[in-house]
Amino acid sequence: MLESDMIYAAQGVWLRFGYNVRMNAPEKIYLDYAATTPVDPRVLQAMLPYFTETFGNPSSVHTFGQQAEAAVEDARQKIAAWLNCQPAEVIFTSCGSESDNLALRGAAFAARQQRGARHILISPVEHHAVSHTAEQLKTLHGFELEYLPVDENGQVHPAALAQRLRPDTAVVSIIYANNEIGTLNPIAELGALCRERGIPFHTDAVQGAAWLPVDVQALQADMLSIGAHKFYGPKGIGALYVRLGTPLVPVQTGGGQESGRRAGTHNVPLIVGMAEAMHLAQTERTQRTAAVLPLRDRLIGQILESIPQVHLTGHPGQRLPNHASFAMRGVDGNALLIALDVAGFACSSGSACKTGSPEPSEVLLATGLPPAWALGSLRLTLGNDSTPQQVEAILAALPEMVQRNRQLKP
Amino acid sequence: MKRVAVAMSGGVDSSVAAALLTQQGYSVFGLMLRLWNEPGAETENRCCTPDDMALARRVAAQIGIPFYALDARQLFYDTVVRNLLDGYTQNTTPNPCLVCNRHLRWGFLLQHALSLGAEALATGHYARLQTDENEQVHLLRAVDCRKDQSYVLHLLNQEQLRHTLLPLGEYTKPQVRQIARQMGLPVSERPDSQDLCFLGQSDLHSFLLRHAPTTANPGPILDRRGSCLGEHRGLAFYTIGQRKGLGIAAPQPLYVLAKDPLQNALIVGPQDELGQSELLACQANWISGQPPQAPFRAQVKIRYKASEAWGQVTPEPGGCFRVQFEHALRDITPGQAAVIFDGEACLGGGIISG
Repeated sequence: MLESDMIYAAQGVWLRFGYNVRMNAPEKIYLDYAATTPVDPRVLQAMLPYFTETFGNPSSVHTFGQQAEAAVEDARQKIAAWLNCQPAEVIFTSCGSESDNLALRGAAFAARQQRGARHILISPVEHHAVSHTAEQLKTLHGFELEYLPVDENGQVHPAALAQRLRPDTAVVSIIYANNEIGTLNPIAELGALCRERGIPFHTDAVQGAAWLPVDVQALQADMLSIGAHKFYGPKGIGALYVRLGTPLVPVQTGGGQESGRRAGTHNVPLIVGMAEAMHLAQTERTQRTAAVLPLRDRLIGQILESIPQVHLTGHPGQRLPNHASFAMRGVDGNALLIALDVAGFACSSGSACKTGSPEPSEVLLATGLPPAWALGSLRLTLGNDSTPQQVEAILAALPEMVQRNRQLKP
Repeated sequence: MKRVAVAMSGGVDSSVAAALLTQQGYSVFGLMLRLWNEPGAETENRCCTPDDMALARRVAAQIGIPFYALDARQLFYDTVVRNLLDGYTQNTTPNPCLVCNRHLRWGFLLQHALSLGAEALATGHYARLQTDENEQVHLLRAVDCRKDQSYVLHLLNQEQLRHTLLPLGEYTKPQVRQIARQMGLPVSERPDSQDLCFLGQSDLHSFLLRHAPTTANPGPILDRRGSCLGEHRGLAFYTIGQRKGLGIAAPQPLYVLAKDPLQNALIVGPQDELGQSELLACQANWISGQPPQAPFRAQVKIRYKASEAWGQVTPEPGGCFRVQFEHALRDITPGQAAVIFDGEACLGGGIISG
């Protein structure tokens, strides 16, 4: 081939790719709403004016700033209403992980400073945003980290917490609804035990807030984390509820935003979007739940029936209404996810790793699952756009894919 | 639309292979293997550093194909690294790329690709495949003779070849780079990859000392008459035909002629004593699936970068063959492959045992 032909051919390729930017499979079915959700069009509309029209800095003195500040405070009010708290108790952050970081670090440092407390209690089924923060407090800052026991469903029992609470416990953190196995914890009972003793209690409600009530009075929480993109809000915005009087030192220092507890210019459009998304999630909660629950139960029932050596992970009843998670013996979970994606199903796994070095999930191991099962985990999470047809499509495809996966030589 | 998995490495060849197949209308997805590296040197396997994976991912996104990584670290260690360490311990010079192709690419990866619903695995190797009217697949040299990689593919069987695509065989390396440039692929100027990807910043000598310490076994350097000329650091660290690095002051240049494992001696001598006109190779693979029945004259390559030499190939029992060269070769090295060519066609090969 001549050099000039090569260039021509290559330009042809370039043009083709210009039109062919989407992945080349026919129809993709998204079953990973616990990873993230699309932004609700109503949320997007609410956000749009705050990118270009009402663009001021809420900290500014002038009217541009005042308009932006009003939007931020409206959003705070809206979120506080659903949390059943004072607006001043809501701190805006950049994501759920930052909320968890601020809660753990902020409360631990404050407790040590004010009362010499160095003991941290968390469950072994926390999101890494909590567990890795707690581990760092232990290794770099001299805190004593203790893990609460969980049962085979990944639940923390109040009695187990009561036994381990100490006068020098700095902070307790227990996840509301687990991301990997969907299990709900008895947060109100756990929170009450801490509040009786005056020990700050944090719950990571990043998954829970999409499907469950987030009334912090009912939940007896002193701190509660949320992230907007789990409930049809934008990525890059979260909030931490901190009960008035809960000692907290700032982690991100700088300007005086958020009453000096979290420095940084407010991300006005994203804050507005999160408030709108939370409002929609909570007002439509009953309908949304009613729509996904039968689909979830169909997934669980049919997969347990049609696939040999499969185990439902997490609690059979007390779990997120959109969440179906499994462990399969002798399955390479990473390879199964790839096969599912090639076949058009976007799913997730506790051991999934984009860099191809899967480890069995700590959460699954904590529930007592052997590694040979934990490496074969699969998580299917539903959303508002999920349909019975989509559920039937994966139910039809999955058994054969699992069988083929089990035939792979290690 | 035929579904094809492309083995991607983050280099220019596999990237262009993926792009060409996409352009030809295949439904393509990329696969990359996570390979073993020395503990503590996690970023250093030159085949699959996080940077390489990030680049492969960018290429995949740019050409609009899905991309996935598979964990092959343990398998890579158990096959490629083990074979290398065992080989050097036994005074041979193995070619890890051959082991990798056999166990990783056309073993693990092909198996996964087919299980994922692909009909074929494509790689960025420079070689061509041709299927005849009897559904027999022939392995042919690449158009670019300087880049021809049929040598490292000689161990494939018909079943593997039927599920293989080599889209770069018709192109030269400069053309491939030009295609990458025209498409704006971020890998167009990346240097060619080297052998022994898992060494990272380290060199083979220190790697062997760390992982096969028995190779550091000094012994005498002898000439053909048995006179001792000096001491070697361990037979593993020398190759047949090597001249530099012997540490001997002699009136004429001395070359490594042979290794004598019984005496742990390195045998050296002048250039005119160097050379061997016969070899025996075993673990033979014949591309056609049919071992030859009678001796035949062919061209034989004794290293990846060696030029072909004419010789008489005689089948031997036990999956072996003997080659009688028409002129002596100075660097026939046990552990390397002897690969047989008939004109454009690679007929097969085996591992040199002596």
